[in-house]
Amino acid sequence: MQALYAQLLVGLINGSFYALLSLGLAVIFGMLNIINFAHGALYMMGAFVAYFLLNLGGINYWWALLIAPVIVGIFGMILERTMLQWLAGLDHLYGLLLTFGIALIVQGVFQNYFGSSGLPYSIPDQLKGGVNLGFMFLPIYRGWVVVFSLVVCLATWFLIEKTQLGAYLRAATENPTLVRAFGINVPRMITLTYGLGVGLAALAGVLSAPINQVRPLMGADLIIVVFAVVVIGGMGSIMGSIITGFALGVIEGLTKYFYPEASNTVVFVLMVVVLLVKPTGLTGRAA
Amino acid sequence: MKNTISAFLLGTAMALSVAGMASADDKVVKIGVLSDQSGLYADLAGPGSTLAAQMAIEDSGLKAKGWTIDLISGDHQNKPDIGTTIARQWFDVDKVDTIVDVPNSGVALAVNNVVKEKNGVYINSGAATSDLTNAQCTPNTVHWTYDTYMLAHATGQALVKAGGDTWFFLTADYAFGAALERDTTAVITANGGKVVGGVKHPLNTADFSSFLLQAQASKAKIIGLANAGGDTTNSIKQAAEFGIVKGGQKLAALLLFLTDVKAIGLETAQGLNFTETFYWDLNDKTRAFSKRFSEKMKSGAPPTMVQAGVYAGLLHYFKALEALGGNPHDGAKVVAKMKTIPTDDPLFGKGEVEANGRVTHDAYLFEVKKPSESKGPWDFYKLVGTVPGNQAFTPLDKSTCALLKK
Repeated sequence: MQALYAQLLVGLINGSFYALLSLGLAVIFGMLNIINFAHGALYMMGAFVAYFLLNLGGINYWWALLIAPVIVGIFGMILERTMLQWLAGLDHLYGLLLTFGIALIVQGVFQNYFGSSGLPYSIPDQLKGGVNLGFMFLPIYRGWVVVFSLVVCLATWFLIEKTQLGAYLRAATENPTLVRAFGINVPRMITLTYGLGVGLAALAGVLSAPINQVRPLMGADLIIVVFAVVVIGGMGSIMGSIITGFALGVIEGLTKYFYPEASNTVVFVLMVVVLLVKPTGLTGRAA
Repeated sequence: MKNTISAFLLGTAMALSVAGMASADDKVVKIGVLSDQSGLYADLAGPGSTLAAQMAIEDSGLKAKGWTIDLISGDHQNKPDIGTTIARQWFDVDKVDTIVDVPNSGVALAVNNVVKEKNGVYINSGAATSDLTNAQCTPNTVHWTYDTYMLAHATGQALVKAGGDTWFFLTADYAFGAALERDTTAVITANGGKVVGGVKHPLNTADFSSFLLQAQASKAKIIGLANAGGDTTNSIKQAAEFGIVKGGQKLAALLLFLTDVKAIGLETAQGLNFTETFYWDLNDKTRAFSKRFSEKMKSGAPPTMVQAGVYAGLLHYFKALEALGGNPHDGAKVVAKMKTIPTDDPLFGKGEVEANGRVTHDAYLFEVKKPSESKGPWDFYKLVGTVPGNQAFTPLDKSTCALLKK
C-alpha cells in the first residue's frame, strides 16, 4: 500500500509536465487553430537556453525560469509572424506539417552541435535533497515541480477564461472580423498567444532540465504522449488538458508499478478507447 | 566515319582494360558502417565509428599496395527492420563486402542473419549481446569490443565479492537487456549472491522514478542497471535525486560508456564502478590514437570503446585481406583467415579471434573520478583492476556456438 502512495505521487510529478505541455498545445489550438507539432522542440529549446544561461552567462536556475520562456517565446513569435500566420484559414493539416518540419529542423540543428547523449544540468542548491514522507523519499525538487506547474496552469486558465484579455482572445477566435471592428489588433493578439503557448513549453523545458538530461530529442520523446493527452482531454479545452495531464501521469505511474512493460503504451490505449467512446475527448465540445 | 571508328576502337580498348583489371587479383573492397547515427547511441558509436573506419583505412597502408577501399555509412535508427533492409541493399545493390559496428543488440542479431545469408563479413563492435558468439554464431561474424558475458563477469563478480550479494535489476526491455540480466544473474548466483527482484522498462524511458522507488523498496544492496546510453544516464541521475546511493544502496552500471559519464557529469557519476575494454588514457598508444581522433571529431571527443573497436576490428580485417592477397568477396573465407592471425593492435593489445568469432583482449575495471581528481575535460576514469583476456570472455567449452561442435 505504501508503495502505491509513492507511485501515485510520482505519477503526479510526471503529470505536471504533461499538464504544462498539453496546456500550451491547447491554448495554441484553441486560439489559433494550429496543431503545434513544434511544441516538443520548443520545450527542448527551453532546457537548452537554461543550460546556456548557466554555463555561458552564469545565470542561475531561478532567472532561467523567467528568461528562457521569454527568449523561446520571442523565437516562437518570430515563427508565427514569418510563417504560421500565412496558414490561417487553411486546413489543419498544413499547420501540422509546417510545425512538424520546423521541429525536425530545430532538433537536427541541436543534434548536430550537441550530440545525442545530452548535457548535465544540476538541481539548484536551494532545492537539493529530499524529505522522508514515511512511504517514500520525496526529492524536494520534484515537489517543487508539482506545486509550481499547478500554479502556472491555474494562472493560465484564469487568464484565458476569467479576464478581459482572455475574453477578447476567445472572441477573436470566434469571429475575428467583428472583434477587429471594435478596434482590437487581432493579429498581434494571436502572435502574443502563440508566444504564451510556446513560453509554457519552454518553462516545462527549464523545469525538466535538472531531472532529465538536456538532450536534443527530449521533446520528440515526450510530444507524442502529450498529443495523446490533448486528444483524450479534448482539443482546445484548457481545463480539460490540465486535468487529463495530471490524471494520465498518475495512470502511467500505476502502470509502471503493476505492469512496467506497458508503461509506454497505456496512454495510447486510453486514447483509442476515448476516441471510440467520445470522439471529442473527455471535456471537448462538438466542433 | 573515321571518327566513329576510332571512338569505337577506343571504347573497345577501355572495355578490355576494365575487363583486364577484373581478371587480375581483385583488390577492391567495400565497407559499410551501419550504426545509430542520430538516436541514443549516436554519440558512443554513430559518426565517430565512421571516422574510426576512415582512420583504419588510412592507417592500414593497403591503398599503397594497390587496394581500393570504399566506405559508406548508414543509419539503422535502432530498428531491426531498417537495419536489415539497409544490409540487404548494401549486399545486393551496392556490393558491400563487410558490415561493421551495428550497436543495439536487437538490430545486431537481425543483421547477423543477413550477413550470413549473403556470405559477407560482419565485424560487430557496438552490440553487447553474447548471443552473437553463442547460440546465434555464424562463420561470418567477428564480435570485437565487448559482450554481456564479459560485462556481467567483470563487474558482477567484483561487486558480489565486495559484499554486494543481493541485487535488483532495472532492465531495458529488449534483446540486450535480457541478455545482460541473464548473464549477470548467472554470475551472482554462482558467487553465492541472490537476485531479489527487477523491472523491465521500455527502451528510451525518460522518467525512472517509479522503477527506482521499487528498487529502493526491495532493499537490495546492489541495483544493477542492465540498460545503456540515455537510459543508463537517466537512471543514474535520478537515483542520485532519490537519495538511493546515500541510503546505502549501490548502483552497478553494467554498461557505461565514456560519453555517458560526460553526459551525467562527474558530480553525479563519481564512484561508479564499471567495465570497459578501452579507455583513451590507458597508455601512450591509446593516447596517440585518441589525440588524432579527437582532432577530427567535430565535438572534439576522444573515441569510446565502440569506436576504438571499429578501428581495431578493421585493422585486423585488413591484415587478413593482405594475407589472402586479393579476392575478398568470400566472407566466410576472410573471417576464417582472421581467426588464424593473432590480434595485435595499438588500442586493445594482443588477443585472438576464437573459433566462435569472439575476440578476446583484456578488460578493465574502472571507477569514475571525483570532480577534484579530474584534470581535463575527458579525464574521467581511474583504473582499479584488469581482467586478462583469456578470463574475461566466455570460455570456449561453455560457448553454445554450433561452429565449435564440428
